[in-house]
Amino acid sequence: MKKLLSGDEAVAFGAWRAGVKFASAYPGTPSTEILETFARLPGIYAEWAPNEKVAVEVGIGSALAGVRTLVAMKHVGVNVAADPLMTFTYTGLNAGFVLVSADDPEMHSSQNEQDNRIFARFAGMPLLEPSDSQEAYDYIAYAFDLSEKFDLPVMLRLTTRLAHSKTVVDVQEETLEVAQRTFRRDIKKYVMMPIFAIPRHRALLERLASVQEESERSSVQNIEMQDSELGVITSGVAYQYARELLSTASFLKLGLTNPLPAEMIRHFAQRVKRLLVIEELEPYLEEQVRALGIECEGKKFTSRLGELTPERLAVALEKVGIKAAFAGTPTEPLPTLGRPPVLCPGCAHRAVFTALKATGAHVFGDIGCYTLAALPPLEMLHTCFCMGASIGNAVGVAKAGNSLKPIVAVIGDSTFVHSGITGLVEAVYNDARITIIIVDNGTTAMTGGQDHPATGKTLMGIEATRLDFETLCKAVGVKHVWRLNPLKLDDFEKSLRGSFLVEGPAVIIAEHPCQLYPIRQERVPMVVEAEFCNGCGACLRVGCSALLVTGELSSEGLPKVTIDSELCTGCEVCAWVCKPVAIKFPAAEEVMNE
Amino acid sequence: MNSVTNVLIVGVGGQGVILASEILAEAALKIGLDVKKSEVHGMAQRGGAVSSHVRFGSEVHSPLIGVGDADVILAFEALEALRWAHCANRDATILVNDMRLVPPTAFASKGTKYPDDPFAELEKLGRRAIKIPADEVSRELGNVRLANTILLGSLSQRLEIPVTVWLETIEARVPKKTIALNREAFERGRAFLQ
Ligand SMILES: Cc1ncc(C[n+]2csc(CCOP(=O)(O)OP(=O)(O)O)c2C)c(N)n1
Repeated sequence: MKKLLSGDEAVAFGAWRAGVKFASAYPGTPSTEILETFARLPGIYAEWAPNEKVAVEVGIGSALAGVRTLVAMKHVGVNVAADPLMTFTYTGLNAGFVLVSADDPEMHSSQNEQDNRIFARFAGMPLLEPSDSQEAYDYIAYAFDLSEKFDLPVMLRLTTRLAHSKTVVDVQEETLEVAQRTFRRDIKKYVMMPIFAIPRHRALLERLASVQEESERSSVQNIEMQDSELGVITSGVAYQYARELLSTASFLKLGLTNPLPAEMIRHFAQRVKRLLVIEELEPYLEEQVRALGIECEGKKFTSRLGELTPERLAVALEKVGIKAAFAGTPTEPLPTLGRPPVLCPGCAHRAVFTALKATGAHVFGDIGCYTLAALPPLEMLHTCFCMGASIGNAVGVAKAGNSLKPIVAVIGDSTFVHSGITGLVEAVYNDARITIIIVDNGTTAMTGGQDHPATGKTLMGIEATRLDFETLCKAVGVKHVWRLNPLKLDDFEKSLRGSFLVEGPAVIIAEHPCQLYPIRQERVPMVVEAEFCNGCGACLRVGCSALLVTGELSSEGLPKVTIDSELCTGCEVCAWVCKPVAIKFPAAEEVMNE
Repeated sequence: MNSVTNVLIVGVGGQGVILASEILAEAALKIGLDVKKSEVHGMAQRGGAVSSHVRFGSEVHSPLIGVGDADVILAFEALEALRWAHCANRDATILVNDMRLVPPTAFASKGTKYPDDPFAELEKLGRRAIKIPADEVSRELGNVRLANTILLGSLSQRLEIPVTVWLETIEARVPKKTIALNREAFERGRAFLQ
């Protein structure tokens, strides 16, 4: 049946068809929907792991046990999971294991745009690059065949454009036949101490040599011969742009890009007069084509930065004298007022940063919705590197010893579980004078509200033992732990200032449910009493979309503010900063009259 | 060149841009065309600018519409129409919901302000913009969520997809109780254009 599926959905359905019974992941845009979709399919087990390293380790276990296994993550997740992966290619596996890496060229929602094709090559994983959802669906089954045939974990790489675009997929009704396997003890293969790892490294190179042969004749490598004046080597979504703009050129479209089919590339290069390599981000294909002694043009005209788009490719081609079939006109947008994402009305993160602002502390940040507090109008974070970094960063600043201000790390609940706990142990062990605020909204909000070990529910909707942050903090030796509702701003600010007086590390668990997930919270909107509003704008500086400027001016000639009752939740953060006390809950009789 | 129709749907996170583009893409699939639809999720939830590309025809390669190659732009909000206007081709119609959502960060922004009259700005650019009072009509019909269907009704006048297919697709996506209302909303939207 023909269906419109995103690349993520296609991977999930394709994996199910290929007999995958086990999937583990940690959420991360643009990969999250893979497991969310897979978890709803019948007869499978799917889970959120606390982080990507654990997801891979769990996945290794299930593959060794004999069950086809899918592990999915965003590109930076592969950094976290790198340790087991780099050795997993030595050992090999029992049932197939496919790692989906969803890369994010253009950094639509990421902190970097690393090209994980290089990771596949580094680790020695066969690499598949689909160019639309149909290919994602088909390649997944092929990836499992490769994995089992060559005894290697396989990487399937999506990019944001593929993961989140919907294209037509012919979805098959029945699942494929998969051989039954069971666990077998084999220490020479699975115990990677030097005596066994040395021969396994050699075995890895031998297995890759066999995959190389497969690569030369695989059905996912396609030569489309047309005009021999111009030949293009490409892979992934770049193929789609190139195919559209160069409708008469010849193509070598590669689906299996590690190891590359050297003979096929040589053969293709000989048949065309001019050879282009068109790829997003790094010159991954180009450098390897050159290493074969073949002249080609690649990053000389396309950028190593960001996504390729039709207009960017058209402009790039023009630079090297090639006229593209581009119907548009690459013009710059008008300078229009920006519309950046903001914290939702009622989000308790806003209260945390409003209190922090009042104390004048130095705040080190982490990744999640709360990273938005780095931007105007809150402007409260100094750093954001990777998940879990805030605590280590804060310890480092404290130990450097030249800061006069209180030092604070702010970290989300999901991020704390992911990789903040070891940072906390560091803070305790090395006795750093910092305050750590775990902003606990009871969900992984940034990626769309996934459960995690501290929510007490699993991906499959089953109740789980809930990780209790207070108990955990005390167990690792934190002596001062507060558990507070940040919307009670007076108390919260007082405790915050109290925590600065503590000699060693202090933890504040700022608990308040996310406004959106898992369910939208009840709202009791507030109102601005116009006669008291002096137009000072303090409320606007908490950055809430429920606050609007009216046309009316105050006696000081400043614009008065009003509240959008459709958006306001009644969190009272704006009221807390309102000096003239103009923001209130409507009197009971007014509510009745509505 | 095979003929591909390019529709760009833009608006503010939470307005229903993605749902509208799903409906359009499904309708195009129903009449047997190749379809690609692309947008970036992630930030949409939090009041940011959202854009969704829908392309359909006998064979579609690129999931993205090239800048200056959109045949129709459907804007759920006036400033967003202005932001994406450069993506339209010279003959394109820009259908604009007649409503403004001023970003909460606007007061802090130095330099650019929310334009006093976004429609006049579009005209200055030489763009053919048509105002659709979808919000107003949806309030008249008693449900603000109907704005989405009204706008799709207007859009349908510019695309070669039969009305029956549109309605069938919309009806599969809305609560059963609201089917009659959605039909009415769609017709009201259609009536704004010839
Ligand atoms: C290694 C890695 N994995 C996943 C992500 C994607 N990601 C960014 S923030 C985040 C978690 C946010 O949850 P939380 O810390 O609870 O904060 P919230 O968004 O709920 O405020 C995730 C999964 C990432 N950036 N890096």
